[in-house]
Formats: sequence, C-alpha cells, structure tokens
Amino acid sequence: MTRPVYLVDGARTPFLKARGKPGPFTPVDLAVQCGRPLLMRQPFAETAFDLVILGCVNVIQDEMNPARVAALRQGMGDEQVAFSVQINCGSGMQSIDTAFRYIRDGSHEMILAGGTEALSHAPLVFREEAVEWFGGMAREKSALGKAQKLSEWRPDFFSPVIGLERGLIDPITSLNMGQTAEILAYRFGIDRATADAYAVESHHRLARAQREGWLDGEVVPAFDREGTAHEHDDGVRPDSSAEKLAKLSPAFEKPYGKVTAGNSSQITDGASWVILASETAVEAHGLTPIARIVDSEWAALDPAIMGLGPVLAATPLAQRHGLACDDIDLWELNEAFAAQVLACTAAWQDDAFCRDVLGYDGAFGRIDRDRLNVDGGAISLGHPVGTSGNRIVLHLANAMRRNDARRGIATECIGGGQGGAMLLEAA
Amino acid sequence: MTDVMQAITPETMTNAPRPEGIRNWRREEKGGILRLWLDCEGTGTNVISEDVLRELGSLLDIIADDRPRALAIRSAKPAGFAAGADIDGFSALRGAAAREKLEQGHAVLDTLAALPFPTIAVVHGHVLGGGFELALACAHRIGIDGVKFGFPEVQLGLHPGLGGTFRLPALIDPVEAMQMMLTGRSAHDRKAKRLGIVDALVPERHVEAALAAAADGRIDAAETGFRAAALRTRAARSLAAGRMRSEAEKKAPVRHYPAPHALIALWETHGGDAAAMQKAEIASFAELLDSATAQNLIRAFFLRRKLKSAGRGADGIDHVHVIGAGAMGAEIAAWSAIRGKRVTLEDVALEPLGAAIRQASKICDAKHLSGIETRDALDRMMPDPDGLGRSRADLVIEAAPEKRALKEKIYAALKDELKPGAILATNTSSIPLADLTPAAPDAARFAGLHFFNPVSKMQLVEVVAHERAAKETLDRLAAFTTAIDRLPARVHDYPGFLVNRVLTPYLMEALLLVDEGRDKREIDAAALAFGMPMGPVALADTVGLDICLEVAGSLRGALDRPMPDTPDWLAEMVGKGHVGRKADRGLYDYSGGEEPPDTPAEDPDEELIDRLILPMCDAGVECLRKRVASDADTVDAAMIFATGWAPFRGGPMHYAETRGHSAILERLRMLEGRHGPRFAPDPGWDDLG
Repeated sequence: MTRPVYLVDGARTPFLKARGKPGPFTPVDLAVQCGRPLLMRQPFAETAFDLVILGCVNVIQDEMNPARVAALRQGMGDEQVAFSVQINCGSGMQSIDTAFRYIRDGSHEMILAGGTEALSHAPLVFREEAVEWFGGMAREKSALGKAQKLSEWRPDFFSPVIGLERGLIDPITSLNMGQTAEILAYRFGIDRATADAYAVESHHRLARAQREGWLDGEVVPAFDREGTAHEHDDGVRPDSSAEKLAKLSPAFEKPYGKVTAGNSSQITDGASWVILASETAVEAHGLTPIARIVDSEWAALDPAIMGLGPVLAATPLAQRHGLACDDIDLWELNEAFAAQVLACTAAWQDDAFCRDVLGYDGAFGRIDRDRLNVDGGAISLGHPVGTSGNRIVLHLANAMRRNDARRGIATECIGGGQGGAMLLEAA
Repeated sequence: MTDVMQAITPETMTNAPRPEGIRNWRREEKGGILRLWLDCEGTGTNVISEDVLRELGSLLDIIADDRPRALAIRSAKPAGFAAGADIDGFSALRGAAAREKLEQGHAVLDTLAALPFPTIAVVHGHVLGGGFELALACAHRIGIDGVKFGFPEVQLGLHPGLGGTFRLPALIDPVEAMQMMLTGRSAHDRKAKRLGIVDALVPERHVEAALAAAADGRIDAAETGFRAAALRTRAARSLAAGRMRSEAEKKAPVRHYPAPHALIALWETHGGDAAAMQKAEIASFAELLDSATAQNLIRAFFLRRKLKSAGRGADGIDHVHVIGAGAMGAEIAAWSAIRGKRVTLEDVALEPLGAAIRQASKICDAKHLSGIETRDALDRMMPDPDGLGRSRADLVIEAAPEKRALKEKIYAALKDELKPGAILATNTSSIPLADLTPAAPDAARFAGLHFFNPVSKMQLVEVVAHERAAKETLDRLAAFTTAIDRLPARVHDYPGFLVNRVLTPYLMEALLLVDEGRDKREIDAAALAFGMPMGPVALADTVGLDICLEVAGSLRGALDRPMPDTPDWLAEMVGKGHVGRKADRGLYDYSGGEEPPDTPAEDPDEELIDRLILPMCDAGVECLRKRVASDADTVDAAMIFATGWAPFRGGPMHYAETRGHSAILERLRMLEGRHGPRFAPDPGWDDLG
C-alpha cells in the first residue's frame, strides 16, 4: 500500500549567526521557539501527532534525544513518541523522509518532522592527552601518586579544541569541508568571480524575499530571555557586492584557494519543523496541504567530493519519474559553498559526466538561476547543519505555491560524502 | 489512554485504621515500628487542634507501655504534614483559658519528647507552626523531598506557642532559629537539611529504609555547632538580641507589632533554659493573643481564607490569552504561566513581547524557581504576535491601553474568534464596564479582572461584575484567580471599582496637603506612623502622577460626591514628564538620590492622619451603600491585600468600627467644616448602625 503524503504546514526560526559565543538558544530551545506557534496555528490539538522526528547533529549533553525533549516542552503530552535522527547535513531532511515513508506505508497518519542545530553551542573538546591525564589523576589513590601525576600536567591540556572545527573536518580524508569545495571548483573549473557572483545574488535574493514578505509565516520570531525578539535571518547582507567579496582571502587554502567566508554558507543556529499528513489526517482535521511529497532518494560517493551529493541523489528521482530537466520548475539545492552548487549544475550540463556517471546519453540539462534557490540560501541565511535539509523542503513547498510551480526538488550535499533529495508536487 | 503514573500510584497514603474513639489519627505497626498517621477528619489539610493533641496524648499513654522499637509520626494527607495550629479553635481563647489549653498541649508534646524509645517525625509538604512544633518534639525528623518548614505565627501577631521557641533554638543554630521565627520565612528541603532541622532528606521511596535506620540509631542527629554553645551566655545573647531588635523594628515597629520583640525578650532572658523558656513562652503567647494586633492579623487571615473560598471550584481554564504586552499584560501572562497555565501573550509589536519574556524570566529568578521550573514556565508562555491564541483560549484577558475605542475594536475582532464558552475579561482600571459591555462578544461571558501592579507581588485581583455578567463567568474568574494563587475580591462595576475608589482620596488629599505647603516627608511619615506600608506622596510617585491625574479626573466626573481638587501644578509636572519613580523624578527627586522617609513619625499630627485615612473609611461606606462590595469584610480584605492597608488595624471598615462610628462621623463633620464638603459623611453611615 502506498498512500499520498502531504506537507501541510511548517515553520522555522530565523537563522541566527554564531557570533563567537554560545547563542541565546540551545537546539531544543530553537525547536520549541518555532514549534509552539506552528502547533498553535493548527486546527487540531498538540497531542494529535503519531510521532515526532527531529534531526540534530550536535546534540548537547542536557538534551539527549532532542526530539523527545522538544515534544514534551511543546506540550505534546507524556505519551508522544519521539526520536532523533542524524545523518550530518541531511538530518533535517532525513526526519521528513522517515515520516514520509511511515505515512506512505500506512503505519502513521500525522508526523511532526524537524531539524535543529545550535552551532554556537558546539562544545569545547579537551585534547585526548588531557582527558587521559584527568582519568589518571582520578585513578591515583596515594598522595605520592597524585603528586607524580600532577607533575605530568602540561598547560596545553587546557587549550581546548573547538568541537565545531573538528565537526567540519571529514574523518576519512581529513579534508575540511571547504577543501572539498576547492576540489570541486578545480575539477569543474569554477572560478572565484563566478562563485562570488553567485554568493552576491544569494544575499540579494534573501533580502528581497524578506522585504516582500515571502518568508512570513515560514519564519516566526524567536524570543530570548534577555528580551530580544529575533525576527529575521540575521546573516543577510543586502548590500553585498562582487567588489566587497573580492577583497576576502581564501578561508581554507591560502593563498590560491577560491573558497572564502563570503562564498561559503554561514555558521548559524536555527530550527525548522514541517507537518506531514496522510489523506485521512488531512480530511479529519480539514487541512489544506501546501505540497505532496512524491519521492525521496539518498546517495553516497567519495567523501572528498561530497559536494556532488545532490547530483547523485536528485538524478534518480528524475529518472524514476521520467522527468527531464525542464520538467522541474524549482530547485532548492543547499548552498554549502557557491563553488559546490555551481559544480553540481556544471555536472548536469556536462555530457561526459552525465553519460559516464548518471547513465544519460548526454547532458541532463541546464538549471537556470531563476529556477534555483530563488529566495537565497545557506550562503545568505546560514547552514545550521541539522536544520538545513528541513528548511529547503519547507521553503520549496512555499516557493512552489507562491510561484504556481508544479514540481520541485530539494536536495543537499552531506558532509562525509552523501546526498539527499526529495521530489515535491503541487498539492 | 490510562495515565500510567496514576495507575501505579496508590490513591491514599495509608489504609491504617483509626483506633476506637480516635477521629484524627490512624495507627499501624510494621517491622516493629509503630506509626501514627495524622489524618484530621473531614478536611484535606491537617491542623494541630485541641482534639488532635488530646487524642495524641491518649495514644501516647498506651504506646508508652507497649514499648515499640520506635514510634513514627506522619501525615496521611497528600498536601502535607500540617498547616499549623487550629486558628479557628484558639483565636477566641483569652487569658487564663488560653494558658490552660496551652499547658495541656505542652504536656502532650513533653510526653512525646520524653518517650524512652526513638521517636521519628516523617514529614512532607507544609510543616508549619504547630505542625512544626509537633515534629520538633520527636527525637528525629526525616524530611521527604519538597518539605517546607516554617513558623508563620509572626504574621498573626504571635510567636510559636507549642514549644517552638525553645525546641528550635535547642536543635539548630539559635540565631537561625530566631530568624525563622521572627521573619516567618520558611526553610525548604535542602535548606532544612543544611540547618539541621531534618536528620535525613529522602524521597518517599526511601522512607522505610530511613525509618529503619533511625529506629536503630543509625541516623546522625544534627549538630548544633559552636554558635549554640557561645550563645549560652546571657551577654552573648544580649548582643545578638540587640541586633535582632533593630532589624525587627525596621520591618515591624514594636508599637504596632509587639510579637517579634516579645520573642526576642523571651530568648534573651531565658535562652538555653528550656524549662524557664517553656513557662515564659506560654505566658507571652497568651498575652499576645489578647492584643488588638494579633486579633486583627488573625482576622486578616480569616479574610484571606474567605476570599479564597469565594474562588473555590474548577475554573475550566487551561489556556489564557492576554492581549497587550504592557507592564500589566506582561505580568499577568508571566504569573499565570508560572502558576501552570498555558499562556499566549499578544501584542502588535515584537519589542514589548521580548520585554515581557525578560520580565517573566526575572520574576522566575525573584521567586527562586529552579532552572527547570523557569524553563517550563517560559515554555508555557508563548509570545503571540499573530494572535493565534485567541481562538484556542478558555480565557482572554484584555490588557490593552486604557482607550475605550481601542478596546471596542479588539472586542469586535474577537467576536468571530473566541471559542465557544470562552470568557473575555478586561483588566481596565478606569473605564466603566457598563461602557465596554455593549462591544463584548457575549455580555454574559464578559467581566472585569482587575490586577494590581506588580501582579507577582500584589495578591488581590478584583473580579468585577456588571448587570449582564453571568454568575458562572464570575465564579470561573474567581476560581481562576485562586488557581494562580491570587486572592479574588468579588466586586461590582463602579468608578474605580472598589480598591481605587477607596484609595484615590488618600493620594489626592496628600497632594492637596502638599499644595497647602505641608512637608511631603511629614505627610508620608505620618501615614507610616498610622501603619500604612507607604506614604501617600511616595505612593503617588510609585503609581505615576500621570495615572493619578487621570484616575482623579475620571472619578471626579463619575462620582456624585466631591473629590479633593487637583492642584494646578500636578498637570504641569506631568506635562514636564516628572511623573514619578518611573521618570526618576516626581514629587521626590529620585535622580538626585532623594528617597521618601522609611521611618514612621514619632509624634504625628492626628488631624493630618485623619484627613488621609477617614476619607478611605468614608469611601468604603459609600461602596457598601452602592453595593460595590457585598460586605465590610470584602472592603477590608481588598484594601489589605491590594494596598497593604495597615493590616494590624484590620482594614478601613474595621478601623472605623473599632474607633466608633459616631466618633468617625463627628470627626468627618469637623473636617468638613474646616476643609470643605469632600469630608461630608456618606449617607451610608446611617445604615451601618
């Protein structure tokens, strides 16, 4: 049995730039900030869900299984089953995909699926030698032993490693994520000016979407305990320009690299939820779906070129449903790096690549910029890793409705060498 | 689905039987340990009544012969161990009769204390007053998590009278013990452990193990420490007592509140000598019980209970939607969320919503909520710029600015949004409900719910009726008020309702006195001498001169009785922005470090006091005549709990009665002759008899 699955609503927090110290919200705080108003605006009770699934990469110690903590804090009831998922940058989409499959297969009627990430809360990690020393100190029983152990102490034990930095290094290749983008830029001939131009456009598009009110309802304000109301994604630079970006030095591979802080996604905190419902639930509660989730796909490849993940994940969707490049009206392709997005579109236009890797006779086709990330992306609004996959699906649905689009694909690259993609149709 | 936790939790704490002829205790024996469960008949809360003590006495007589391995005393009420002594029972006792009853009670606790086997009080929830004293008479105390000890007697103008004054200082650091008794502040579980009040602090599931340990003497008795030893000399106690006296005098002048000083004298003279202290405690307690202060404070206690009982029953309100995130709306929302309600707070602007969250978080800190409690309270309080809560709330509280047209517009929009059965309440303080009712979606489900600022500190809430309000609406609002731990005063629509109608002349007369050239400090110090918590000039500054001006104007227009004139300079000050404390400058210049007096006048001008106080009594009479309040008790209670009106005087109506109605009338007529018709007595005095 396969049943239709609808995306009926969703909301996210503004994405808040990490500013060198822990932000005002933990991962679950963020989820609750956007979950409460989302649930409040539904015509059904908070307790009506069969399941809560939440993606989160950097879970903090106080919030193990953040899905369950968020569900309880949002007033969804003691009996709310909830689990968390983690597939690095794909976590927020994994939650939707799991929900989609459960509902499609008939075991569930309505699921709250989200993603959350507070990168500014990434822990400080002690060096391994320091941890060993602490352990040894604790094991020593005698005063003499303790004194001896004490003498082994080195000042650099207390110089912590930033957990976030470690998280952005691929554990297999030891390449930084930015370096994987450098590899793609090199292989697909993406130059610095093109990457910068893409980034500028991302900022301008997000600024326009904010100005036009296209994000109203999708982005709900978050209120912190200090009294600040966070209303908008705060990493946007409406005055961004090619000249300004050209001044930045390479962030990962000095001095010749092409990837800079300006043409990479920003490090931010944020959360996003979507509500998925079966036809039965839609009818029972009188809901109005925004979009129908048609299909999903995951793929994996060499971690050193993880940025091509979208190409490998989205192409099978098109093939399975007999869709040509032009049949897909809108694309949300997560902007991890401008060079990486451009490498993906270049790959789809490359005869040899499409033939050898994707099994087409020739190039898949050209994805025009006016169909791609139409309201900006992670470069302008940031990339809270566990959240982004959720955001692009939600935003794709909303953008499809606004633009009267029939079909759209949301897809992302995933650190570690994977990709995820979802095909949506107008409801 | 079944609530699993509920399913595995027994419905009662014990099924032990009551021995024959005993109504307030259950008795059982388990593992050689005899247990007496205090279970006052016909109530949910234990109090230490004469019956409870007498029955305990007779039970102890038998137990003494049985020689059990140990005796445990605990409460069968889930709410707590005991809320204190039976105030209803003892408040009417006087002189020798009081002393006799006290001696009987002491004898029972002395018997308990002298038993030759381990005695253990197992206590949970509230362990107050007489209940605390019962626990102190046991050799050991095992506290259950969340337990709360306290001696609130001082709030009734008394001090502990069942042995607390000598048993607590003997158990813990005497200075800490005195602080608890002098301030009435309670000691919660971990603090109680730290102070040494409990020998062990355990969750319910470890009570049996802890009991066995105590019975076998494997539990360490608390140490009293070196300070206790040091304070065994009279000289050391005198030094400490001197400090306590000056501290107590600041908060409760001995002239009005004799109990703290009596307690200090008791300890200073007899500290360390239990027998002498016991004797002196009984004499002192009996004497205090006779005092007007104690009688009036006990009356205030009864008034509070009466207000609470007017708000009994289920409110049927889970979700409260507050419209308007100004100072009042924010406080109402925060307080409701802290007390467990789900709250949405609506405002057109985000900034005040943010400020409201900051304010809520501050209140949580001020109320010593734990990190988790604070988080949960803030999670329950959702800023709601889109007004999503309107259609979900069981109660909508409108706390918008005081503009009639604005409120009417809000009500009009609510017409299609409120869910069936939802109540709309307005927090207006100056617009008559009669004016607003026509705009309400449903007049029967519309009423006033008038909070006082700050809600987290001011206990009273006026539940304001009007001609078309349904009784069910008012009952639910009163129940809601009780549910959020505030006191509902049920009043009827009237200019200023009850509290502001009575209080405004106090402020306005003070401004006239300033206008006449009286020193503002003299005015405030005189009011303090009468026992008001704040002088009228300082209060006007605190309320805000702009608000005073507005309220005075609206009352003057709406009442058929003359109000004090408003001096011209008041409007000028408001015009200049010198509106009081919030502007750092009003009648006092706070920016220059000026502060109102905090000590009462030594020899206040009696006529000045009468000019301030008697118009309040007169306005109270007017409110009774106009049926704004149903009885004099409501007027007194409202004024005490909304404004702190000299509680030891029992409220304005009780004060007038104590002084004598004819004396008050005579005085008012004299003031009328001297200062004008605003002092002309209300015709309602004739009805009071």
